Amino acid sequence: MRDVPQLFVAGVSIGSIYAMAAIGFVLLWQTSGTINFAQGEFVVLPAFVMVFFLTVLHVPFAVALPATVVVSILLLGLLVKKVLVERLLRMGVLPLVIATLGLSMLIRYSLQQFWTPLALPFPTIFPRAPIRAGGVIVSSEDLMNVLSAALVIGTLQLLIRRTKLGWAMQAVAQNRDLALILGINVSQLVGLTFMLNAALTAAAAVLIAPIYLVKYDIGIAIGLKAFYAAIIGGFNQIRGALLGGLLVGLVETYAGAYISNQFRDAFVLLILIGVLLLKPEGLWGVREE
Amino acid sequence: MSAEAGRAVRQWRPLGVLAGAAGLLLLPLLLEQYKLYLASLTLVYLILAIGLNLTLGYAGQISLAHAAFMSLGAYAVAILVPLGVPFEGGLVIGAIVAFFWGLVLGFPALKVKHHYLAMVTLGFNIIVFLVLRNWESLTGGSSGISGIARPRWGPIRFQSDGAYYYYILGWAMLAVASAHWILHSRWGRAFRAIRQNEMRAEVVGVSLRNYKLIAFAIGSAYAGLGGALFAPLLTYIDPGAFTLDRSIQFLMMVVIGGLGRFEGPFVGAAVLTLLPEALRRSQGFYLIIFSLAVILMMLFMPKGLVGIWDWIVGRATHRGLGPAGPPAPGGPVTEVTPQ
Repeated sequence: MRDVPQLFVAGVSIGSIYAMAAIGFVLLWQTSGTINFAQGEFVVLPAFVMVFFLTVLHVPFAVALPATVVVSILLLGLLVKKVLVERLLRMGVLPLVIATLGLSMLIRYSLQQFWTPLALPFPTIFPRAPIRAGGVIVSSEDLMNVLSAALVIGTLQLLIRRTKLGWAMQAVAQNRDLALILGINVSQLVGLTFMLNAALTAAAAVLIAPIYLVKYDIGIAIGLKAFYAAIIGGFNQIRGALLGGLLVGLVETYAGAYISNQFRDAFVLLILIGVLLLKPEGLWGVREE
Repeated sequence: MSAEAGRAVRQWRPLGVLAGAAGLLLLPLLLEQYKLYLASLTLVYLILAIGLNLTLGYAGQISLAHAAFMSLGAYAVAILVPLGVPFEGGLVIGAIVAFFWGLVLGFPALKVKHHYLAMVTLGFNIIVFLVLRNWESLTGGSSGISGIARPRWGPIRFQSDGAYYYYILGWAMLAVASAHWILHSRWGRAFRAIRQNEMRAEVVGVSLRNYKLIAFAIGSAYAGLGGALFAPLLTYIDPGAFTLDRSIQFLMMVVIGGLGRFEGPFVGAAVLTLLPEALRRSQGFYLIIFSLAVILMMLFMPKGLVGIWDWIVGRATHRGLGPAGPPAPGGPVTEVTPQ
């Protein structure tokens, strides 16, 4: 039981990365009603872009990071919004859902065909040296991951709580039609949300890439974890997605270490089913009618 | 011009159906073994697509567990037939189990907004896959079950590929006929009313939740039936045949064919079984082309390939059931999924 605290930090570390993807997912749902089935690939693509900057162009990390975020915002934010969402949003939920399923396959198999079917190594960003504190050993990489994720999510919360843009987003999330009548440019806001989401997934990509390795099909697993996190925590609340992400990370870390590595995902799924049966709006969500 | 063209198509329709049926009956005489296998597979997929079209196309519910429901039928047959249960018994049990699980999943999910069904079914498919892979004493684990026997009725055995093709064809025709009957019954009209306008349907007294639930469970039962026929076709099943990816493929099948159109599953099943064969040498590129096609179709042709046919024929109005159907209640519908 000595490793309980160490596993806790590891679980929170991976969980906070899931939470970032889940929060983006929830933001998209709130402002545009999009269920983005390509969210996993939205994390994978920036990871590949980062590898491209670092190992093909040999750009220093301090340049590659912002460049990756910008490319992600342009491709997965602006382009997706302009080409797909703008047109499909008018047709209801189903066409857009199916289009994002298509998009996830398109990104995944394009990376496999045109880049590589192999796993690419990703440079470690934070040193993996263990930190000892009173008999407890914690990985410094995990600790830095948690801090970085907290920084990103904290900034986002500030943006949503304290700026006009954030208020407009909350208004649209609460009542789309009313927001439209009040003169909020909903279409523009949806675009901004997509860009915000792209920035979030790019940040998640940079943190998760050293853990998962960069491979074309890891998006399936990452996307699923983001879904689970959003549903378990609450599909319509950012705090819910955060809680859900942490819970998913902790459960899979502890289950993998103590119970069975093979059934690691099954425990998360059991929680998922329990939540859907007993509290379908999520542990920390609000009931939608 | 469009109205006359539509009428002309309608008049020729029975003849076309007859010609199609004759063609299907003659296929085993014309095709070599592998192509006959593909024809049988297309029929199995047709049954699955008809089920999903009921769920997704008519009742507007996204199911991402169609492959899981299919596996229930496939494993029911593979496990029960060696124990002495007749093949049709295993098949019916598989379909009933799928129906039952459809109710179990749909009941809580449909209490809340419809996207929850997508989430629940997605989780269900993954769980079923994990169970199939790890419950080795029952399912054979990842090595699956082999040597699955084809059905026999006393002296008549459907052992050869040709005979089994006819066996599947019989069930496929039953599936088509039953779906046609369902859609023209009181239930079918309610399904369509829900898809066209949820609020109006509720106002005129359709219990949304019950009908959606029944539509989803019936769609799942069709998947169980398709799975039961699928297992002896390959004579071998393993969990890899029933992944989430497969479920998404079925979803695409229905979408590419034409959502909520009776002809949709025919077109979708044929295209999605035969196209990968045609593009076989470029497996990876096939998936890229396929996903691009899905996106483009959603953007520019949300009614699917059947929609292109409509456009060519030049009919001015689209009815929920296609040319043979009665006029949809409340006039023509133009939107695919009205919010």
